[in-house]
Amino acid sequence: MIIHHPILGPRDAQEFVYLGDASLIDRPDGMTAGVEAFHEYLYQRTNPAGEHQELWYHEQGDRSWLVITRNTVTHEITKVELARDVARSRGRSQ
Amino acid sequence: MTQSHRIAGGQIDRSKTLRFTFDGIPYQGHPGDTLASALLANGVRLMGRSFKYHRPRGPLSAGSEEPNALVELRTGGRQEPNTRATVAELFDGLEANSQNRWPSLRFDALSINDRLNTFFAAGFYYKTFMWPKAFWEKVYEPIIRRAAGLGSVSREEDPDAYDKGFLHCDLLVIGAGPAGLMAALTAGRAGKRVILADEDFALGGRLNAETLTVGGAAGGDWAAGVVAELATLANVRLMARTTVIGAFDHGIYGAVERVSDHLAVPVIGKPRQVLWRIYSKRAILAAGAIERPIAFENNDRPGIMLAGALRAYANRWGVKAGERVAVFTNNDDGLRTAADLKSKGVEVAAVIDGRDGAEVIDTSGRLGLKSIRVRHSNGRIEDIRVDALGVSGGWNPNVNIHSHHRSRPVWDAAIAGFVPGNDGPPGLVVAGAAAGFLSTHGALRTGRDAAIAALGLTGAAPDLPEAEDAPVCITPLWHVNHGKGRAWIDQQNDVTVKDVKLAKQENFTSVEHMKRYTTLGMATDQGKTGNVIGLAVMAELTGRSIPETGTTIYRPPYTPVAMGALAGRSRGKDFKPYRLTPSHHWATEQGAVFVEVGNWLRTQWVPKAGETEWRQSVDREVLATRKSVGICDVTTLGKIDIQGTDAGAFLDRVYANTFSTLAVGKCRYGLMLREDGIVYDDGTTARMGEHEYVMTTTTANAVTVFRHLEFCRQCLWPDMDVQLISTTEAWAQFSVAGPNARKLLEKLVDQDISDAAFPYMGAGNVTVCGGLRARLFRISFSGELAYEIAVPTRYGDALLREMLARGAEYEPIVYGTEALGVMRIEKGHVAGGELNGQSTALHMGLGKMVSKKKDSIGMVLSQREGLADPDGYRLVGVKPVDPNGRLTAGSHFLAIGAAPVAANDGGWLTSKVYSPHIGCDIALGYLKGGNAKIGSRMRAVNLVGGTDTEVEIVSPHFFDPDGERLRG
Amino acid sequence: MRYSGFRVIAEALTGHKGWKPVWRDPTPQAEYDYIIIGGGGHGLATAYYLAKEFGQARIAVLEKGYLGGGNVGRNTTIIRSNYLLDGNEPFYEFSLKLWEGLEQDFNYNAMVSQRGIINLIHTDAQRDAFTRRANAMILHGADAEMLSREQVRAVYPWLNFDNARFPIKGAIAQRRGGTVRHDAVAWGYARGADMRGVDLIQNCEVTGMRIENGRIRGVETSRGFIGAKKVGVAVAGSSSKVMAHAGMRLPIESHVLQAFVSEGLKPLIDGVMTFGAGHFYVSQSDKGGLVFGGDIDGYNSYAQRGNLPVIEDVAEGGMALMPAIGRVRLLRTWGGIMDMSMDGSPFIDKTPIEGLYFNGGWCYGGFKATPASGWCFAHLLAKDEPHPTATAYRLDRFLKGRMIDEKGQGAQPNLH
Repeated sequence: MIIHHPILGPRDAQEFVYLGDASLIDRPDGMTAGVEAFHEYLYQRTNPAGEHQELWYHEQGDRSWLVITRNTVTHEITKVELARDVARSRGRSQ
Repeated sequence: MTQSHRIAGGQIDRSKTLRFTFDGIPYQGHPGDTLASALLANGVRLMGRSFKYHRPRGPLSAGSEEPNALVELRTGGRQEPNTRATVAELFDGLEANSQNRWPSLRFDALSINDRLNTFFAAGFYYKTFMWPKAFWEKVYEPIIRRAAGLGSVSREEDPDAYDKGFLHCDLLVIGAGPAGLMAALTAGRAGKRVILADEDFALGGRLNAETLTVGGAAGGDWAAGVVAELATLANVRLMARTTVIGAFDHGIYGAVERVSDHLAVPVIGKPRQVLWRIYSKRAILAAGAIERPIAFENNDRPGIMLAGALRAYANRWGVKAGERVAVFTNNDDGLRTAADLKSKGVEVAAVIDGRDGAEVIDTSGRLGLKSIRVRHSNGRIEDIRVDALGVSGGWNPNVNIHSHHRSRPVWDAAIAGFVPGNDGPPGLVVAGAAAGFLSTHGALRTGRDAAIAALGLTGAAPDLPEAEDAPVCITPLWHVNHGKGRAWIDQQNDVTVKDVKLAKQENFTSVEHMKRYTTLGMATDQGKTGNVIGLAVMAELTGRSIPETGTTIYRPPYTPVAMGALAGRSRGKDFKPYRLTPSHHWATEQGAVFVEVGNWLRTQWVPKAGETEWRQSVDREVLATRKSVGICDVTTLGKIDIQGTDAGAFLDRVYANTFSTLAVGKCRYGLMLREDGIVYDDGTTARMGEHEYVMTTTTANAVTVFRHLEFCRQCLWPDMDVQLISTTEAWAQFSVAGPNARKLLEKLVDQDISDAAFPYMGAGNVTVCGGLRARLFRISFSGELAYEIAVPTRYGDALLREMLARGAEYEPIVYGTEALGVMRIEKGHVAGGELNGQSTALHMGLGKMVSKKKDSIGMVLSQREGLADPDGYRLVGVKPVDPNGRLTAGSHFLAIGAAPVAANDGGWLTSKVYSPHIGCDIALGYLKGGNAKIGSRMRAVNLVGGTDTEVEIVSPHFFDPDGERLRG
Repeated sequence: MRYSGFRVIAEALTGHKGWKPVWRDPTPQAEYDYIIIGGGGHGLATAYYLAKEFGQARIAVLEKGYLGGGNVGRNTTIIRSNYLLDGNEPFYEFSLKLWEGLEQDFNYNAMVSQRGIINLIHTDAQRDAFTRRANAMILHGADAEMLSREQVRAVYPWLNFDNARFPIKGAIAQRRGGTVRHDAVAWGYARGADMRGVDLIQNCEVTGMRIENGRIRGVETSRGFIGAKKVGVAVAGSSSKVMAHAGMRLPIESHVLQAFVSEGLKPLIDGVMTFGAGHFYVSQSDKGGLVFGGDIDGYNSYAQRGNLPVIEDVAEGGMALMPAIGRVRLLRTWGGIMDMSMDGSPFIDKTPIEGLYFNGGWCYGGFKATPASGWCFAHLLAKDEPHPTATAYRLDRFLKGRMIDEKGQGAQPNLH
C-alpha cells in the first residue's frame, strides 16, 4: 500500500506501523470515567467492512501519527490527516 | 543422429551448439532453444510423469502454462525441482533429470496406479483408510507421502544470491506481444517512463511463434524492430525474463527477473534472480491468451499438444514435434497450425474440425502418440497414424493478474472465453488478447489505445501497422462424448471428465467444491489450461451456464516463484541486521561470548584464560563485581530525551507513579502500564533540568515505548508542551557497579562525585577525561554502589578502555548479560521473565506505585476485579531446600504432596540463576497468594524435565534487602 | 451412506454409480429450533454435534457462499494443544482428543495426521517460557517434550544450524500435534450433519435479525425470513458484520492473514515446525506442497488478500531457517479474514439478546479448535450453560479483567 503522508508525500506503507481504530484518540479522563467507559474505549470495536478511520505511525519516517481513512474491503485510501490535528478537532488538548 | 526433428527456420542461433543432458543422455541444441524445444528437436517427446497415475507425458504447451514437462534442473545445491522444460532456457552444460518416477522415466513402477485407476477416483481417499485407526499415520500415510510429491530438494544450501529492487514508472506494460509492444511504443514515444516486462527471454509474444505479418514484415521482425526502437529510448526499460507475479494495492506490482537462469552459474557478483517491486499508478495487462485443449479419451499422450504450441515449436524453434501430424480444432486458429506445418514440409495427415462434427475419440501409443481414432461427422471411425496431434479448444484471455483483487471475469460467448471484468485493480487496464481481442490488429489497436487512455496522451500516436484482423470463429467443444475411457482436463493432477462427473454426482457442484474435491487446477500450473474446461463440463452436467458456474479465485503469484527471490538477501547471518554495542570490538578482542538479544548482539560473558565452563566465568564476574567493581555495557537500554514545560506532567500521565515532583538532579524508578493495566515497561527516569528528563526503557521495549509516548503526545494530549527524541543510539552507556565503583569513576569524572555531592539516585551532566560531555546516574540494577555513565556513542569504546586502564588498581572486570541477570535476581528486580505482558504491578509487589491521585495510562483498568484478586499471583523468591538442589525456570509450583494436575498449579518460576553469593540456585516466580506463603515450603516441579524439587518460598530480595550497599 | 474400504472397492468395480450426494440442497423451512449462521468448520461442527451429541433437531446452517468456503478451507491445517493458560489449554486439549477420534466418529477420512509439531527455541528466555508452557500442558493432561539442539538436528539436519542469525537451541515438541486435510473436515461435518437431518442451506446470506422484546425471533436472509428459537453465530472474520445486525459491537477486529503453498516436493518435512526467531511456520502436505505462513498483514481488512511485505517477510523467515529451499517455488498465496480478538482468545458465549449466541474471535487459530468449538457451542446452545472446557470464553471478560492473553500483548488485536 501507499500512504500519502500530508507532509512527506507518497510513502510505502511498510514505513508505517499500524495501531487500529482512530477511536483510540477518544480516551476518557481517568479521573472521572470508570472501568466501563475505559472498557468501551479500549476493547469494543465497530470493525466496519468499508470506510475505516485508523491510526498509523510513521516509524521509519518523521514519527507522525496519522489518521487514515481507508476502505477495509478495497484498501482504497481516501484521506490522510495528522492525528494531532484530528485529536484537536475532537476537542483534545492537554 | 542428433536433432532429428530440427527443421528450417526459427529464432535459434544455429552457428552455436549447446550440449546438455537429460536423464544422463547427452543431446545438442542451440541458443534460443528451451529445454523442451531442444528435446523435441532430438526426437524426445517423453519428459515427465503425471502426479497420480504416473502417465507418461510430453509437453502440452510451449510456455509457462505447462502442466506436464516438469524436470529437475541442475544438481546439488542448485537443483530445481518442477522446472517447466518449456520455459527453461537452454545453456551449455545444462543437466536435467526426469522426476516423480522410479526406477526410470520409461519404466515407472508407480504407473501401476494407472492400471488401478478405477480405485483412485476423485476423493476416494476420503472414504477409506480409516481402519484400523492407528494405520493412517503408520501405514497408509507414509506410503502416500512417499508416492506423492513431484521433484525433490537436494537439502543443500542454495549457493546463489538473490536481490531485491524498487522501480517507478508512469506505465507498466505487462507482456511484450503485439499489444504490449504497441502500448510501450505509444507511451515511450510520448516521453513517459515505461517499463515493459515479459516472462519470455525473447520479446514479441505470439509474434515470434506465428508466420503472420505486421506492417508487411514478418511478425517477429516487426517486434524486433519495435524492441530496437524502445531500446534507444532512455525513458523505456525493457525487462525480458521478467514475470509480473502479482498486482498488489495502490499500483504496486511484484515482478521477478531471472537474471542468471539462462547461465550455467551466475556471473560473479550477479544474483540469480531479482524481486522487483514496481510502483506504477497505471499499468496495462497485455499478457495474451492461453490456448486450451479439448478433453477426449487418452488426450494426454506425449506428442499431443496444443495446436498453438505445435506451430510455435515449428515457427520459433525450427522443430517438428512429429513426422506426421494431425490437428483437432473447434476454431479457425487451429487451422493455422496445419497450414504452417504444411508449409514447412511436415506431413499433415488430417485436420479434424469439431465444427464439422468430426472428433478425435481415442489415441494410442504408450510412451508417445502412435495413432488417433477419429469419428467423422458421418459416423465413420478411422484410425490415423500420426505421432503428433495439435489440439485447439480456443483461447482463454489471460485475465489472471487482473483478477488478483478478486475481480471476477465475465463470459464472452463470442470467443467462448472469460474476459476481464470492469472491477480490476485501480489503474490496471487490459489490452490485446488478454482483453479478448484475439486478432493481431485487435492487439495492436487496443494496446495503443490503452496507452493513450491510461496516460491521457494527446499528441500524435504511432500509426497502426497493417495486420490480420480475423474474427474469432469458434464453436465451443469442451469434451468429446464417447466411450468409457478417461479424458484429461487437468493433466498434471490427473483430473478427468469422469472425476468432474463424480463430483457432480456427489453434489460437489460449486466450482470451489469441484476444484477442492477433484484437485482440478491445484497443480503447479494452477489450471491455466484446464480450469475453464472443468467448469464448462460442470456447467453442462448441472444445466447451468458457464458464467453461472463461475470461476475459482485467481491468486498471486502468476507463475511459481523461487523462495530465494522472495527472501532476497535476508538469509543466513543477514536475516536481520546485527546491532552492535559500543564495547563490541573490545569484547571481541577479549574473546567474549555473545548472545542475541532482539536484534542486538550483547556480551554474555568474558572468559578468562583457564575457564572452561561458562559458570566459572559468570561466577567470577559476579563475585568480582560485588567485591570490587564491574563494568557492563547497558547501551541497549532505550533512552528517550523528554523536554518541554509539560514534560513532568506528561510523565505523570504515562507512568503509574509520579515524576513531576522529582527534584532536578535526581532519578526515580518508573513503572509504565499499558492502558489495560498490565505492566508494560520499567526503567529509571532522571530529571536533568526543570523541563528536561531522560527516560530509560528496557532493551526489549525501546522502540515500542517510544512509539507509545508519541501516541500519547500526538493523539491524546496534543497541546502539551513536550518533545521527545530517542537517543538510544546517541549515547554509549555503561553500568559501573561494586564497592569501588565511585573510586574508579573518580579517576575519570572531572567533577566531585562524592556521596554528598552525588548521592544515591543522583543524576546530572558531567564531563570525563578533561572535558568530554557525559551523563552520570547513580542507579543500581545489581544492588551495589553503582552508576551508569553515558558518553556520546563514538567515545564508548574509548571510555571503556579508559575505565579499565585508569581504574586498574581496583581490578575492574567487564561482566556480561549472564552476570547482570544473576545480580538482578539476587536483588529481586523484575525483568524479561517477569515483565511478560500478563502481569500487573500488584503481581510484582509494586501495587502501591500505581497512583490513584492522577490520571495515568492503565490506572483505571488496572483496578478490574480479575486483576485485583488478593489471592492472585505475587512475585516471590525461591530457594531449593537442599542447597545442591537444582531449579529450572518454567517449573510450576505444587504444594508438597499435591498431585501434578492443573487444579493444583500454584504458579511458575519466571527466572532462575545460580547465585555464587548465596551458594545455590535461586529463582523468582509468580505464586498464587505468594505473600502469605513466604517462609513456607513447596515443590518446583519440572514435569517436562522430570525434576521435582522441594523449595523454600522467600522474599524476592535475596541480597542486601535493606539496600545498604547501594547507598554506600 | 456409510463409507468403507469395501464400498470403495465395490464402487470402483461397478463404475462408481452408487455414490450418493454428500449433502442435500434443501429449501429453507419457515422455522427451525436452531439456526447456525455460518457454514464453515465451526458452524458445521456445531450443527453436527447439536444433532448427534445433544439430540437436537430442526436445525439449519445458513451459509452465504458454499459450505466450507471460509477459513476452514483456507488455512494451514495445523492441529495442536500446546497452549499455556488455564482458560485455553483444557479446551484445546479437548479439541485434540476429538480430532483423534473424529474420522471414525463421522465416517470420513479427514487425514488427521499426528506427525508432531515442534516450536524451535532460539534464546534462553524462550526456553524458560516454553518450559513453563510444556509444564502447563502436562498439568492439563496434554503431552509435551523439550528437545535439545542435537535432537532437533537429528531430525532435520538440513536446517540452518551453522550459519544462523538466531541459532537453534532446541525445541518444544508435541507429538500428538499434526495436520488435517482441511476441506475434508468441513465436508465430513456437513455430511454427518446432513445425514442427521440438518438443513445445510448454501447461497443464503443473513441480512438482518428479527429481535422482539430482547429476544431473537429469526433472521432475514437473501432467501427470505427464517424463524428460529435460537440462533448461533459462527462466522469468524464476518463476526462484526453479522453481530451488527443485532446492534452489538465486539472486542474483535478483522484482519487478513496470508498463507502459502509451494509446488509439490518429495518428502522433506515430516511434522509441523515453527521458527522462533521470525514469522514462519511450515509443514508438508501429503500431496507434497510445503504449507507455510507467518504474521498477519497487520491492518483491518475484509479483502481476503494481502500484500507483498508479508509475503517477503515469511519467505525471509523460511530462508533463514531452511537455506535449502531457495529454489523451491512458492505456488500460491491466499488470504483469509481473521476475527482477531483483544486478547488472542475466542468467545463462546450468550449475548444480551435472549436466544442469540456467539462463537468467534478465533484469530488465526480457529482450525485446530473446530471440533471443540462445535461441541462447546452446541453444548451452550442446547443447555444454555458453557461446556466445562470453555467457561473462560466470555464476552464480558475484558470488563472484568479476566483476559486470556497467551502472548501478553494486550488489547491490540494485530499483535496476537
